[in-house]
Amino acid sequence: MNSLETRNLNKAFGKLVVADNVSLALPQGARHALIGPNGAGKTTLINLITGALRPDTGSVQLNGEDITSLLPDARVKRGLGRTFQINTLFPQLTPLESATMAICERDALSGHWLSPLAKHGAAIDEAYDLLGRVGLADAATKPTRDLAYGQQRLLEIALALASSPKVLLLDEPAAGVPKSESAALFEVIAGLPEDISVLFIEHDMNLVFSFATSITVLVQGAILTEGPPDQIAHDPQVREIYLGGAHHG
Amino acid sequence: MDPKSWIRAKARISPYEAIFWIAAAVIPFVFFENYLSLAASVAVTALFCISLDMILGYAGIISLGHAAFFGIGAYTAGILSARGWGEPISGLLLAAAVTAAVGYIVSFMIVRVQHLALLMITLGLSFLLAELAISFDQFTGGSDGLQGIDTWKLLGIWKFSLWGHTAYAYALATLFVLFLLARRIVHSPFGLTLEAIRENPVRTTALGAPNHAHLRKIFTIAAAFAGVAGALLAQISETVSPEALGFQRSAEIAVMLILGGTGRLYGAILGAIIFMIARDQISGFYLQYWYFWIGLILILVVLFLPRGILGGLERLARLGRRA
Ligand SMILES: Nc1ncnc2c1ncn2[C@@H]1O[C@H](COP(=O)(O)OP(=O)(O)O)[C@@H](O)[C@H]1O
Ligand SMILES: [Mg+2]
Repeated sequence: MNSLETRNLNKAFGKLVVADNVSLALPQGARHALIGPNGAGKTTLINLITGALRPDTGSVQLNGEDITSLLPDARVKRGLGRTFQINTLFPQLTPLESATMAICERDALSGHWLSPLAKHGAAIDEAYDLLGRVGLADAATKPTRDLAYGQQRLLEIALALASSPKVLLLDEPAAGVPKSESAALFEVIAGLPEDISVLFIEHDMNLVFSFATSITVLVQGAILTEGPPDQIAHDPQVREIYLGGAHHG
Repeated sequence: MDPKSWIRAKARISPYEAIFWIAAAVIPFVFFENYLSLAASVAVTALFCISLDMILGYAGIISLGHAAFFGIGAYTAGILSARGWGEPISGLLLAAAVTAAVGYIVSFMIVRVQHLALLMITLGLSFLLAELAISFDQFTGGSDGLQGIDTWKLLGIWKFSLWGHTAYAYALATLFVLFLLARRIVHSPFGLTLEAIRENPVRTTALGAPNHAHLRKIFTIAAAFAGVAGALLAQISETVSPEALGFQRSAEIAVMLILGGTGRLYGAILGAIIFMIARDQISGFYLQYWYFWIGLILILVVLFLPRGILGGLERLARLGRRA
């Protein structure tokens, strides 16, 4: 059984087809990269999987369960986590509060309105621990809006991890991160728990080829080709369309 | 660093708070006996303002019709008393129950919309209720207001007199108890979740939070708070008129909250104190200038103190400590 499967997903915005019969399968523990030019429909595909968008036709399976008709928050509760291409954080809250909130929500504590947050020590400790693992311990009690951009990208991942996903969708985790800060980010991604299945969109080919065990190339909403990294790297069609004409011999 | 003590420190009661509440309990009785009625209506307004802070300051729900719940609470307690049951505390409890029920029903509409649509729905709600209050005059006394309210002795002991000793003690005690409750709520896991929803509802959804359910819950709680404030006013003043749920009251409470500072509870209290006392003092001489000054101050605060007067004071204190 696959951790995540999409079956013949179709989606159009008016006349613009952004998902064209997309079928993907991630076995457990997958490290699957989704690449393709800007506007290919990669983020849209993530939105279709998480339920932020509804597909016109097709279905999404999570660990063998059809989740196509579930609301986004219900999908998260079943183990589907994501990060955002553009930082989607809580600017006035600290990373510690943000991660604690995520853990409280996961553990069904977020409805507790009469018990002090400080009483839920296990959630707070876990949040702090998690922040430490992505290298944000020192920034844990600063307002998120004051963090460096690279730190905010790390927090994106930490929050997604806080909900203990079985399947994690990373939307361009390294987007916009300066070279000086990218090493820390790559390390976190390389160190993701092995049992989590990861689908990640990335433009940084170093990251894609060092981290992915399989790659899907998406062009104009449709899957152009799929395969292990060395095959994709030498696929002439991919070099033509995605990597650009510069590589012509 | 111990993350638990950092979280605990954020919720710890500071000495300033203790001083504030002791002062509130002592100063009016000792130094301003002639102003006890004013002090009572400040306490009522502060409670109403806290109610708005819970939805606006913490959860990010903007409302221009929050007086709807204040008014429903006022009419509930008022009608109960006018029909022969004037026991004050049970009046508050009934008002809380009725406004919570109405708030819960209304909340289903509220959580679906944002921005302008939210303003229009809350505004429409208060217009609609004010009109209903005028039309159902056999219950409400119509535009003349509800007559015949008789508030019984508090706990069967203290009479509500013209001087307002009982009224102020009653209003302040109610404010204090509900303030403690509000404080507990905002420092709970639920309170943290509300702030997160205010900051970024897209992200809370992506973390599995049922935003609508959380927002409906705080809206219901806040409606009950507003209802208790309205009931207090009805019991203390022994009258209710349709303006209790009118637009002006909704707008004024929003002004007070913005002046004082949102999302900190004490901002709501401070805003109510400043607004009510200033109006009492200024309007004696220059009634027609009141809105001029409020307008000016509101503009200045929003431009230069985006976190309100209390937020500005906190920043000043931080700078002072660093210097
Ligand atoms: N909500 C929307 N409404 C209309 N068009 C959209 C919407 N979201 C994305 N698009 C369009 O769909 C196409 C695919 O976008 P996206 O999935 O963000 O691409 P990618 O992530 O691969 O760069 C783009 O042309 C974009 O402009
Ligand atoms: Mg994208």
